[in-house]
Amino acid sequence: MLGASVRRTAQGQHPSSTSRGSRSSPGGPFRSPTGRALRRRLVLGVLVLAAVVLISLSYREDGEGPLSGAQAFAADAVHPLVVAADRVSQPFRDAYGWLDDLFDAKSDAEELKRENQKLRQQVAQNAFALTEYAELQSLLDFRTGPRFPDDYDGVAASVVARPSEAFSRALVVAAGTRDGVEVDDPVVAGDGLVGVVTRVSETTSRVTLLLDDTSAVSAEVVGSTASGIVQHRGAPGSALILDRVPKSESVEAGDLVVTAGWRSRRLASLYPRGIPIGTVTSVGRSDTDIWTQVQVEPFVDFEAIDAVLVLVRKRGEP
Amino acid sequence: MIGALRAAALVLVVALVQVSAVGGADVGGVAPDVLLVVVVLVAWNRGALAGAWAGFAGGLLVDTATLGRLGVTSLLLLLAGYWAGRYAETTGRGRAYAPYAAVLVLSIGVGLAGYALTALLGDPVDAGHVLGPLVPAAVLDVALALLLHRLIRRLLGRRPEPAEPREVELLG
Repeated sequence: MLGASVRRTAQGQHPSSTSRGSRSSPGGPFRSPTGRALRRRLVLGVLVLAAVVLISLSYREDGEGPLSGAQAFAADAVHPLVVAADRVSQPFRDAYGWLDDLFDAKSDAEELKRENQKLRQQVAQNAFALTEYAELQSLLDFRTGPRFPDDYDGVAASVVARPSEAFSRALVVAAGTRDGVEVDDPVVAGDGLVGVVTRVSETTSRVTLLLDDTSAVSAEVVGSTASGIVQHRGAPGSALILDRVPKSESVEAGDLVVTAGWRSRRLASLYPRGIPIGTVTSVGRSDTDIWTQVQVEPFVDFEAIDAVLVLVRKRGEP
Repeated sequence: MIGALRAAALVLVVALVQVSAVGGADVGGVAPDVLLVVVVLVAWNRGALAGAWAGFAGGLLVDTATLGRLGVTSLLLLLAGYWAGRYAETTGRGRAYAPYAAVLVLSIGVGLAGYALTALLGDPVDAGHVLGPLVPAAVLDVALALLLHRLIRRLLGRRPEPAEPREVELLG
C-alpha cells in the first residue's frame, strides 16, 4: 500500500498540522482551525476581563465616580427606548394581569367588602383621636421629627424597568435628579412602603425594594411599644420579618407595622415615621432565641407596582 | 454580516423587553429570563463567539438601563453564550433536544453562578430566595425556548459551517 492515496475522515483531527491545512489559510492567521480556536479564546478572555474590570470599578466607585457618571449618562440615553418598550408591552401585561385577577375576583370582592366595613369604623375612631391629638400637641408645644406625609413632597413616577436578577430586588422609576430625587429618598406606593432610592441619574432612579436582602427598616408596632428591624432575609415568599423585638413585648397577629423614623443626634433613619409597612401574620417565640420572631405580610404587592411616590424632603426641613 | 446585525438588533430589543416588561412578570411565582434564552439561541445558531458578544452586550445594556452593578450580568451571560455556542459546535450538534437542554442547564447554572458571585462580592443574599425559584424558572425558560427557537433560527439563519477540509489525503 506504500505510495497509495488513503482517504480518511479527519473530524477532530488537527488539520492545520497537515501541509494542506496550513496551505489553505491565505486569509490571515485566524483562518485555520487552530487560529480560529485561538481567536475565540482571545475574544472570550478579553470580554471576561472587561466584565471583571467593570465589576471591580462598579464596586469600588459605589455610585460616585466616572464610571457611574458614564452609566447614568447611558441610562438617560436608553431611557426613551425603555419607556417605549414599556408602553408597547403595557397592553399585554394588562391583559395577563386581568386574566390572572379574574380567578380570584369573587373571593377578593368578598374580602374587600369586609375590610371596607371595618375601615369605616376605624376612620370614625381615627378622626376623633386626631382631633384630640392635635389639641394635646398644641397644649404641650410638642415637637417631632419629620413626618410622613406632611414634611415631604411626593414625586410621582411610573415604573419603567424591573431588573430580573434573582439576587436583587429593585425597580427603575422615571424620576431622577432633575425632579429633585436623591439617593436614600424613601419610596412609597398607595399601600405603603416600597423601598429606597439607591442609584439616581438625571431621568431615572433605581429603587431597592423592601424585599431585597440588603434592605432593613426600623419599624414599630402600632398600639404597642414593640419595635425592631423589618427585613426580608430569612422570610418565606414575599413575607417580611420584624426582628429584634424583645420577648417582653406584646405583639399579636393583625397588628399594624409602620416605620419608626428614629433620630439620634446626627444620625436619623432614612424613613420618616408612620409609613405603613404591613400587618403581623404570626408571632413566634422559642426558648433558644432572645428575640420574638414576628412575620409581617407587606401591604404592597411588589409584583404589581406600576407607579410610586418618591418622598423628597421639603426645602428648609432638617 | 447581516446575520450579525440581526443578532445585535435582536439582543437590543430583547434586553429592553426584559427590563421593561418581562422582569416583573409573575408566572407561577417566577419570572422568565428572555434575554438568557435568546443569548443561548443566538449562540446556538451563530456560534460561541456570537453568543459571548450577545451575552456581554445584552448584560451591559440591562445593567445600564436598570442602574445596576455594571459587569455582573455581562459576565454571567457572556459565559452562558460561549458555553452554549461551544456545546452547539461540538457534542450538541445534530441533537434535537440539545438547545433546550442547554437552556435548562444554563438557566440553573447562571442562577447558581449569580448567587456565588454576589456572595463573593460581599452583598448579603439569602440562599433560599435565590435558589428556591431556580428550577421553576428554568422550566419556564425551556418553554420559552420551545416557542422562540424556530423563530430565531429563521431570523438569524444557521451560521455557515467552517470551510475546513472534512477529509485529508494521507500519502505514504
